[in-house]
Amino acid sequence: MKAGVKEKPKTTLYKRLSLDKYVKHKYLTLMFIPVIIYYAVFAYAPMYGIIIAFKDYSFAKGIWGSDWVGMDNFVRIFEGRSFFQVFWNTIIISFYKLITGFPAPIFFAILLNELRCTWFKKSVQTISYLPYFLSWVVLGGIFIQILSPSSGPISYIFKMLGKQPIYFLGDVKWFRSVLVVTSLWKGVGWGSIIYLAAIAGIDTQLYEAATMDGAGKLKQIIYVTLPSLVPVITIMFIFAMGGIINDDFDQIFNLYNEAVYSVGDVISTYNYRIGLISNEYGYSTAVGLFKTVISFVLIILTNYIAKRYNEYGIW
Amino acid sequence: MFKRRTVGDVTFETVSVIFMIFFCITTLYPFLYLVGLSLSSADASTIGYSILPQGFSLENYAKVLENSDIGVGFKNAIIKTIIGSAVNVVGAIIAAYPLSKKYFPHRSMWTGLIVFTMFFSGGLVPSYLLVKRLGLLESMWALILPGAISTYNMIIMRNFFMSLPESLEEAAKIDGANDFVVLIKVVIPTSMAIIATITLWSLVGHWNSWFDALIYITNPDKQLLQIVMRRIVLEGTVQMLNPNAADYTSKPVNSENIKAATIMITTLPIIAVYPFLQKYFVKGVMIGSLKG
Repeated sequence: MKAGVKEKPKTTLYKRLSLDKYVKHKYLTLMFIPVIIYYAVFAYAPMYGIIIAFKDYSFAKGIWGSDWVGMDNFVRIFEGRSFFQVFWNTIIISFYKLITGFPAPIFFAILLNELRCTWFKKSVQTISYLPYFLSWVVLGGIFIQILSPSSGPISYIFKMLGKQPIYFLGDVKWFRSVLVVTSLWKGVGWGSIIYLAAIAGIDTQLYEAATMDGAGKLKQIIYVTLPSLVPVITIMFIFAMGGIINDDFDQIFNLYNEAVYSVGDVISTYNYRIGLISNEYGYSTAVGLFKTVISFVLIILTNYIAKRYNEYGIW
Repeated sequence: MFKRRTVGDVTFETVSVIFMIFFCITTLYPFLYLVGLSLSSADASTIGYSILPQGFSLENYAKVLENSDIGVGFKNAIIKTIIGSAVNVVGAIIAAYPLSKKYFPHRSMWTGLIVFTMFFSGGLVPSYLLVKRLGLLESMWALILPGAISTYNMIIMRNFFMSLPESLEEAAKIDGANDFVVLIKVVIPTSMAIIATITLWSLVGHWNSWFDALIYITNPDKQLLQIVMRRIVLEGTVQMLNPNAADYTSKPVNSENIKAATIMITTLPIIAVYPFLQKYFVKGVMIGSLKG
């Protein structure tokens, strides 16, 4: 680049675009062409499709040919009561999941680390990761059976105790709790991996010094383990906050039903229904764009904060 | 080292062991209950909390496997998982390798354009319209091509390639090898650990994916096991929606066993390779978190 300014007469477009370098590394270029095509078609072409959000999409006229409606679809988002409810559900469910699902893996990792018996520790770890490997379709099926008011074991216990069985998945009072608990159940073990790695990296001399000073296990956790984990916890928390608008489509879609839409319907499930079931393409794309923009801003913001805090940003 | 174990320490350890046992039971109970249910015979009452099958029989599995949709779905899922994972691994390598080279022109621009797609996307409807426009509806490729390159995997792979010593490449190039030969003969063999990890991630991801099949595939002959299972299990929930309490007992009991057997058949392939998976997955998380 610097040389280009001095030797201006020599610089051709060919050189300025470093096309000579692409030719020089022709095998790398050849390898990379399919990659460019992939991202152009499957990532950037749908971004062009976002203009549907500003149109009244009609199948006959296509994306470009459909009539422009300006901000009508966005006006509908902010005027409609249904979207407000969905937005609120998304935030409140994420918030509940955050306050339970965020600290749980930390405590789990700390307790796991204190186990002295290696085979027991390994077995607990192996068992705890298991739910992570199964899709929400499978887990949804399992929980529907477990929570069934007619044949499930939980309602059986309720009946034994002489209480009325509860239809957890169909009751607006219980549905969010089910989401939070099942999400916790699925994620605790897996989420603990990063903390276990961080704990393994703590200098053992710190523990020895604490033992010398007469600190028991509990005090060692409070004065050595937890303070050493603060950097990891902070970073994980910043990123968790950044994801507050991201709902778990797979989980909710496989557990919810019409009876609990008022408390369980979130942006992604709502977007799916209006987009691909009711075929309101323009409105659905607008809702999608609204969410993508918020999520994008949150990610930029949290990454910025994380970088200010220390050097571990995502990029 | 001398360790004086105080009363507090012993109490603490006992409490954590008890907690962990309770945790394991909570994690495993739903699976074990379903196994018990799937192995119960149709005429026995299955209502209860026991994980033991009531009147052991394999007839539920026999019935489920007789269902042609399940067989077809299983076959389709296996084929898609294998081809899709192969595409993912090749995709991650061909994207990561050029971007791992400092001399590749406009490297940071390309990386930026790719990373941007992790955080900003067209969304559901535009993606659906694209797949439709490409004529991929009802095709297995609709489930493979849109996710052919995982940007996350690509970055992990690229970081791994960048950590390899440059001397490896230089030595091969002095011997007259071109970039392509270097990749195949030198880089890939030394990167088998990360390739194995990404292969396993892709296999599990493809086996577990279902949403794309839900929106792109309607033909029962092309459908995947996860969706077939979802229909069998969720058709039951629609009936259960009836709030009338009198309906609770009128349902034929064995439909629960059939559903349980269907769920188990979808789960078994994962459980079968689980010990192997777990090892590589944890390794992968470490690599990702250290450098990501």
